[in-house]
Amino acid sequence: MTVNELSAKQGFKPVAMPDGEREINGVYIGDLLSWVMGRAKADDAWITIMTNINVVAVASLADTACIILAEGVNPDASVIETANAKGINILSSEMPAYETAKAVGI
Amino acid sequence: MVNEMAEPLIFHFDVDGDNFTSAGQASVQVKKNLRQLGIDPETIRRVSIAMYEGEINMVIHAKGGEADVIVSDESIEIILKDTGPGIANIEQAMQEGFSTAPDNIRSLGFGAGMGLPNMKRYTDYMHIDSVVGEGTTITMRVNF
Repeated sequence: MTVNELSAKQGFKPVAMPDGEREINGVYIGDLLSWVMGRAKADDAWITIMTNINVVAVASLADTACIILAEGVNPDASVIETANAKGINILSSEMPAYETAKAVGI
Repeated sequence: MVNEMAEPLIFHFDVDGDNFTSAGQASVQVKKNLRQLGIDPETIRRVSIAMYEGEINMVIHAKGGEADVIVSDESIEIILKDTGPGIANIEQAMQEGFSTAPDNIRSLGFGAGMGLPNMKRYTDYMHIDSVVGEGTTITMRVNF
């Protein structure tokens, strides 16, 4: 499933979608950034409630397919701008992390 | 794997210690450079995560420092050098969950005590040379 397909299927709002055809092959949930870098796999959809600018760098370096912001949290405009510039997809889900992961369903 | 490289490529970066929001710029640049060299994605991922953790540590603890990345036929070597407070007990610092990061750093999602363990996890070789009050130099290598 691509990030575009996930967004359309589950109604996750595309906050930044510079690389929407990227394939998702797994899910990782976490808010501690080093933990995410240590445990998330490349091509995972990463579900978090953290919205600071560092999440863009973490997603880029850990090579995740997208960030899904749970609980309807929204990042600052500067985060969205950086994500678009760095090719990082960000979706927003109104649901908590667990329900969001279930909806991804991989 | 980089074929038939005449001599090692060296990338040098000054890591700005004042700006936490821009931390990671050197790692992101290295990722880009390695991609242009045609290095495989998993090696790039390992190098850039290890370097990012080191960069974050330099910003949190040492007011910045210098980073060198040396790409040779056999490996990618990362050397991170700072003149910060040093690490009093390296064995303790290497344990997952041990952290001396301040609360404002933790609120950003860092400071979980996973930085140094992640650097070790993602590299084939890691050496910490640290003197309290003088600074820390970390050498890491990812082999091809």
